[in-house]
Amino acid sequence: MKYIDEYRNSEIAKRYIDEIWRVCKGNWMIMEVCGGQTHTIIRFNIDEVLPKNISFVHGPGCPVCVTPLEILDKAIEIASMPNVIFCSFGDMLRVPGSKKDLFAVKEEGGDVRIVYSPLDALKIAIKNPDKEVVFFGIGFETTAPANAMAVYQAKRMGIKNFSMLVSHVLVPPVIEAVLKSPQNRINGFLAAGHVCTVMGYKDYEEIAKKYKVPIVVTGFEPLDILQGVLMVVKQLEEGRYEVENQYTRSVRKEGNIEAQKIIDEVFEITDRTWRGMGVIPLSGYKIRENYREYDAEFRFSLVTKYVEEPKDCISGLVLQGIKKPYECPAFGNKCTPDHPLGAPMVSSEGACAAYYNYKLNRVEG
Amino acid sequence: MIFECNVPVNFDNNERIRLGHGGGGRLTNNLIEKVFKPIFSNEYLDKLHDGAVISLPSSKIAFSTDSYVISPIFFPGGDIGKLSVTGTINDLAMCGARPMFLSLSLIIEEGFEIPSLVKILNSIKEVSQKLGVNIVTGDTKVVNKGKGDKIYINTTGIGVIEHNLDISPQNVRVGDTIVLSGDIGRHGASIMALREGIELETTLESDCQELWTAVSSLIDEGIEIHCLRDLTRGGLVSALNEIAKTSNLGIFVEESEIPVIEEVRAICEILGLDPLYVANEGRFVAFVPDNYAQRTVEIISNVMGTTARVIGKVTEDNRGKVIMKSLIGSTRLLDMVSGEQLPRIC
Amino acid sequence: MCLGVPGRVVEINYDTNPLMGKVDFGGVRREVCLEYVPDVKIGDYVIVHVGFAISKLDEEEAESVFRYLDEMNKISEQLGE
Repeated sequence: MKYIDEYRNSEIAKRYIDEIWRVCKGNWMIMEVCGGQTHTIIRFNIDEVLPKNISFVHGPGCPVCVTPLEILDKAIEIASMPNVIFCSFGDMLRVPGSKKDLFAVKEEGGDVRIVYSPLDALKIAIKNPDKEVVFFGIGFETTAPANAMAVYQAKRMGIKNFSMLVSHVLVPPVIEAVLKSPQNRINGFLAAGHVCTVMGYKDYEEIAKKYKVPIVVTGFEPLDILQGVLMVVKQLEEGRYEVENQYTRSVRKEGNIEAQKIIDEVFEITDRTWRGMGVIPLSGYKIRENYREYDAEFRFSLVTKYVEEPKDCISGLVLQGIKKPYECPAFGNKCTPDHPLGAPMVSSEGACAAYYNYKLNRVEG
Repeated sequence: MIFECNVPVNFDNNERIRLGHGGGGRLTNNLIEKVFKPIFSNEYLDKLHDGAVISLPSSKIAFSTDSYVISPIFFPGGDIGKLSVTGTINDLAMCGARPMFLSLSLIIEEGFEIPSLVKILNSIKEVSQKLGVNIVTGDTKVVNKGKGDKIYINTTGIGVIEHNLDISPQNVRVGDTIVLSGDIGRHGASIMALREGIELETTLESDCQELWTAVSSLIDEGIEIHCLRDLTRGGLVSALNEIAKTSNLGIFVEESEIPVIEEVRAICEILGLDPLYVANEGRFVAFVPDNYAQRTVEIISNVMGTTARVIGKVTEDNRGKVIMKSLIGSTRLLDMVSGEQLPRIC
Repeated sequence: MCLGVPGRVVEINYDTNPLMGKVDFGGVRREVCLEYVPDVKIGDYVIVHVGFAISKLDEEEAESVFRYLDEMNKISEQLGE
């Protein structure tokens, strides 16, 4: 496939790997923020071929992992209601709420449907005018333009039976939260290429300067990751801390202005709870007041019930890179992909599931 | 889905299955006479006896059963009927057995359209006839509307083993070469592409097909087959893991050698699926000594019209595990995943 | 977030709101919203996430991953490394 296969070329990968080995002298901890990048790193076992003095920390860039329990429980509550068609991306179906997951609701007879695009959910609403159709609007900034457009079109077309349960989170605030933490040891970041495709990377310049960390906007194929790592390591070795763009085929500094316009039309920034990390101020989106009828939280008058995570789950520490999955006492025994305690064990690029499924030796990592 | 079929004259296209058709009385007999008999008539069924009395040319037989509950029941490249025959025939073939006889049990939901039933039965006939397999006994039950998903099928098969090879995971040896019969992921990808809410436009069809012809060619050519395993749900990874665990040996494969056609890749890239875990219905892996590998590849490619490939080998170390060398040269554990892969955005 | 797949625009339906079209991914086609790449043309490549084109792929910049190492080598040579 064009523009994918070229970036999996083993000869060029070897050249990048050799160059990283040549350049890297210090011990560096690099965090990749995006779940898709984690997926590539794990799938191609990139850390195995890099020098041991580079360690990867898999950051909280997986919306599945960070969607708070309260929202999951609300989703499950809505999906369990009669006369509701609950539409969601596949990622969310197996994430455990406090009692069960959306898959269980489907098994118990709830009309839960996987869709590829939020516009598909809108189509379902138009096809089923006597049902309430609710879409689970999770994601980072990459997915926000799509979710915003669905709400925007619903209002424009006067669709009365469609609403969205929103749990959008933003990347720059969580990077700051990670860097602010006294336990932070991250030296450099691979910023999420598709988030930056939408939002640009102006926001990161302040962060790079303030915390003196190099940030490289990186793509998702193995060569992208390798080039991104090389660029971060070069900066670290040279004592620089700038924002650079590796993913130039998709990302422009100002991002996608058209997409930002619609996001701004439908959403506003709000405080958000990140599962395992607590509330990060101004780190999420919610639907604006003039689109409130499309906000499922209002349409269904749900009460937010705060539930404690299972005590054994240390997902917050894992997501921030403070602990490795195998340092969790529940890892591999009480908590496995078959019976996960927390979200990083459910999502295939949650750090815990990734370690469990792919590493040869489950402890050494 | 619109299709042509030859509905026996005494049923019209609007007729549907009723509870009475499974009741054993006049309606059942009507169904047998008007639908089943015209399609399946043979010396065994025509006796209309409670059970089939059959003779076998060998006392070494293989015996396998499977139930088919797939939805959708009609998919590009096949239907539940074709699958119910190839699935069981392939299980027999994986034991090195020539399939001879099948039983056919149907559980049909009240209201199921008879033209759809006829189409499925014709698929069953076509596939079994091609291999000279006889449907010798059967049963039909009808359940209330809502208690079944249109139609469920169970087939049980008997095959004969007419050679001295012991084809089983216990016979896998260190150093054996692993040959994959063709490209992977067509069945699961083509079905996923169709799903409501996904709706990708593609000409991709399921790879649903019988494997006995390929296996019997290998046997006839004297290939020393140690083990065979067909790929079904859970894909290539499941099949390899099952063999690794049962034989308690290690398996090493190279990602660059595993063929995946472009449409399967595209569907998997769009939906975030890994082709290694996607379902197949017409592919198998063969474990043969190294000196038979080349010939095995040639025979399978010729017979099936696919690109068979050597994808790896059996190892002493990493017992019970499957290890893969990735495209960029690193190694990775290929473990079973719990549950079906779901499309993802992240 | 993550899953953004490059595909080639094969159809644009100018009378739709939002702007819709069809994108071909290695022989598999899907309806995609092109509202966020309004100046896209047939034959352009776009990055598609959940049924939306989020950027037009810059085909010249796509080469940069391959040029980068050569450029690094040139600089190293000049510096006598």
